[in-house]
Amino acid sequence: MIHTRPRRTTTILTLALATGLVLTSCTLTGGDDDEPTGDQAAPAPSESQEPGADDDAATATAPAPTPADTGTVVLAAHDSFTLPGELVAAFEADTGYDLEVQLSGDAGQMANQIVLTAGNPTADVVFGIDTTFATRVVGAEALEAYRPEGLPESVEEHDLAEGAEAYLTPVDYGDVCVNIDSVWFANQGIEPPQSLADLTDPAYEDLFVTPGASTSSPGLAFLLATIGEFGPGEWQGYWEDLMANGAKVTSGWTDAYTVDFTAGGGDGDRPIVLSYASSPPFTIPDGGFEPTTRALLDTCFRQVEYAGVLAGTDNPEGAQAVVDWLLSPDVQAAIPDSMYVFPVDDTVALPDLWSQWAQVAEDPIVVSPRQIEAERETWLREWADIATG
Amino acid sequence: MRRAPGVALGLAALVPLAFLAVFFVLPVSGMIARGLWPEGRLDLSGVPEVLGRARTLRVLTFTLVSSLAGTVVTLLLGLPVAFVLYRLRFPGRGLLRAVVVMPFVLPTVVVGVMFRSLLAPGGPLGGLGLDGTWVPILLAFVFFNLAVVVRTVGGLWEGLDRRAEESAATLGAGPWQVWRTVTLPALAPGIVSAATLVFLFCSTAFGVVLTLGGLRYGTVETEIYLLTVQFLDLQGAAVLSLLQLVAVVAMLALAARTRSRREQALRRVGALAATRRPRRHDLPVLAATAFAVAFVLLPVGTLVVRSLQVGPGWGLGNYRALTDPDATAALRVSVTEAMANSLRTAVDATVLAMLLGLVVAVVVSRRPRSRGWARTVSVLDGAFMLPLGISAVTVGFGFLITLDRPPLDLRTSPILVPIAQAMVALPLVVRTLAPVLRSVDPRQREAAATLGAGPWRAAWTAEAPVLARPVLAATGFAFAVSLGEFGATSFLARPDRPTVPVVIYQLISRPGADHLGMALAASVLLALVTVVVMGLVERLRVGSVGAF
Repeated sequence: MIHTRPRRTTTILTLALATGLVLTSCTLTGGDDDEPTGDQAAPAPSESQEPGADDDAATATAPAPTPADTGTVVLAAHDSFTLPGELVAAFEADTGYDLEVQLSGDAGQMANQIVLTAGNPTADVVFGIDTTFATRVVGAEALEAYRPEGLPESVEEHDLAEGAEAYLTPVDYGDVCVNIDSVWFANQGIEPPQSLADLTDPAYEDLFVTPGASTSSPGLAFLLATIGEFGPGEWQGYWEDLMANGAKVTSGWTDAYTVDFTAGGGDGDRPIVLSYASSPPFTIPDGGFEPTTRALLDTCFRQVEYAGVLAGTDNPEGAQAVVDWLLSPDVQAAIPDSMYVFPVDDTVALPDLWSQWAQVAEDPIVVSPRQIEAERETWLREWADIATG
Repeated sequence: MRRAPGVALGLAALVPLAFLAVFFVLPVSGMIARGLWPEGRLDLSGVPEVLGRARTLRVLTFTLVSSLAGTVVTLLLGLPVAFVLYRLRFPGRGLLRAVVVMPFVLPTVVVGVMFRSLLAPGGPLGGLGLDGTWVPILLAFVFFNLAVVVRTVGGLWEGLDRRAEESAATLGAGPWQVWRTVTLPALAPGIVSAATLVFLFCSTAFGVVLTLGGLRYGTVETEIYLLTVQFLDLQGAAVLSLLQLVAVVAMLALAARTRSRREQALRRVGALAATRRPRRHDLPVLAATAFAVAFVLLPVGTLVVRSLQVGPGWGLGNYRALTDPDATAALRVSVTEAMANSLRTAVDATVLAMLLGLVVAVVVSRRPRSRGWARTVSVLDGAFMLPLGISAVTVGFGFLITLDRPPLDLRTSPILVPIAQAMVALPLVVRTLAPVLRSVDPRQREAAATLGAGPWRAAWTAEAPVLARPVLAATGFAFAVSLGEFGATSFLARPDRPTVPVVIYQLISRPGADHLGMALAASVLLALVTVVVMGLVERLRVGSVGAF
């Protein structure tokens, strides 16, 4: 009996070892990088209607000489980041870097990830820090100063102020605006609202739905719009009136738009919704020629998205090349169709539908990023007391 | 001599323990430390402030009350369903078992939107006036967690010897008395296990509370998310995380006590011997099951109907778009390709969860004679449940700040996705297997040992036969969990190989009826794949009868 004991121990050790081996081998197979992913392996000649797409495909499929492999550059971005595979391939062919994109949740999650890892980043360069988080990220010393040369003039008007513009370069912007179902208003014979102040008019009682400021980034933009419009001491009163007039607050944009809005594909019963200036083109019916909805351009808050080089990167040159690339005409032209926002470079052509139907606000409501950073928490708490009590 | 298997098991338990230490304890403690020791000095000044907020109290109360209510309702509905699907024999049973698991993989935002579509003022059930109240949250808790009760309790119930109940009935006990004195005590460990899991899932539900609760109803989980992501108030988040930790540990301790008081060795038979055809007096439970299935199918039906809506008409356009990588510029790969990624990742995660889960289940089901060991085992039992009770944001951000130095700079490793999914599936595996193992009379092992079998051989002889079916049940369950997992995956997923839930979230957050349609079609596809996979697992179970 005595000699069985070592055998038992051996068995268990073998088992543990085998377990470990199986574990590592199976996960490693899963994470195997050798398999080509569809879009990079074969940039299929697309038959899509987007104007610029065919040209891009052509550049990518042209037999480019393979440059020397100069390593990988990692781009951290929020979940909504996407660009055509052809453009990524072109970047890799031109610079010799492998571009690896790292998605890090929504804009807020990503910004905080950058703050938490300041100085020891998981990526080399970041895209998608927006107006509301810019000051926090710059203040955490998570970025290295870099500014691409030869930027188009129109970039400057989106710049941050007070030195922060040395760290973050604007890439795109979107206007968060109140949208209305114009067909609904025409059918009901009601004059649609024009301004933020109109929304508290009893004529529009129970007609407005917006995502909440504390759980949704367009919702926060709308709160900032009301703060910018009515002032830091007055917006609370506006919100009280808004809620008293039957405004509905949902937690996210998706359910406000697809469940409550009358023109969002569901059977909603509210013809006024908070969305984007770029939403109307998506409501052109099949076979129709114009959208059934409209953005109220006097109600817009402008959100700019920035890119910057991360402090502590091993690959500052690669990181800078990515920032340059994001501001190159090809990428700027691809931004509307990929990410549904406007490029900061106003010299590139917008897709047809956009130039026709997606207008930008001429005079968007502005709140300074520094003030946002200083007051965000207070504002959100005050807002929550009024709107979610 | 007697201690040897204990030592060996202790060694085996080191592997899952190491996983737990690296992928849970380290990140969470790192995050809490960052909140409470901001400049390298302990700073508790914020603690009373956070605890004193009226909002904190409200959030705590809502979390507790809604999770308790969710657990009770899920149990009340789940037990009859477990009985019907695991004790009765009728055609279509395998399909129904698969259907009940389906909600588990559906993305919470999609389900939230579907519940809201049903209950919103303009929706089919709008007349009930439930939109924006706490009722939809409760309904969603039941919807998502029914599978936990059905599969955990069903797995135990399936092999129980029916003869004890029958003798009690022969001796004159009414059905209620048989249930109370014979069946319930036998099932108690499984019920407590399931209730613990359901409570943990409810109290940490995130997306669904956010979508259905409007903004009026917050839980500790949503509050930690807000404090961390919106305010970067790490101190507040740390205080709430600690509170969550204490509450979860207390609950697990309570559950362990309840369970061990009820534990007993059971007579087990093969599943064929235990099941029978439905009889007339089964009508109430059959009705409850029909109700449960209808309840599961209602939001799913809404999903299917809306996924077939193309513009003003109907068609399969949304489904055709799933295979087309150029269907929308919002995605870099086609949805079917994402499905292949999902399946690959889920296989890895399932293998991992099953290997670790088996070891843990075997270790925690032993009843060591010494009190110290017994306590260690029960602590171990609870330890693997903890990841379910702690905010994914805390764990996710914790990864970033603790696993950031070689040799453990794992922050961007692709291995993390299956590991994170396995950590979520692990407690389900343990909870499904441990009650079954505990119900095996230790004397069976001792008898085998007396006959000359070594401890491993003895354990194999006594336990492998009863374990075969629950292992398959757990495998299917773990697979479904990995297929549907979003929270951890969204933190870690690589954009060139997204999983289906990640793709669905990308689609549903963009304007355009096409995107919504594709998101819904993709959700239907995910549900369908789950039903097929679970159906296959059910088939396997039938096949395995002959083997043992």
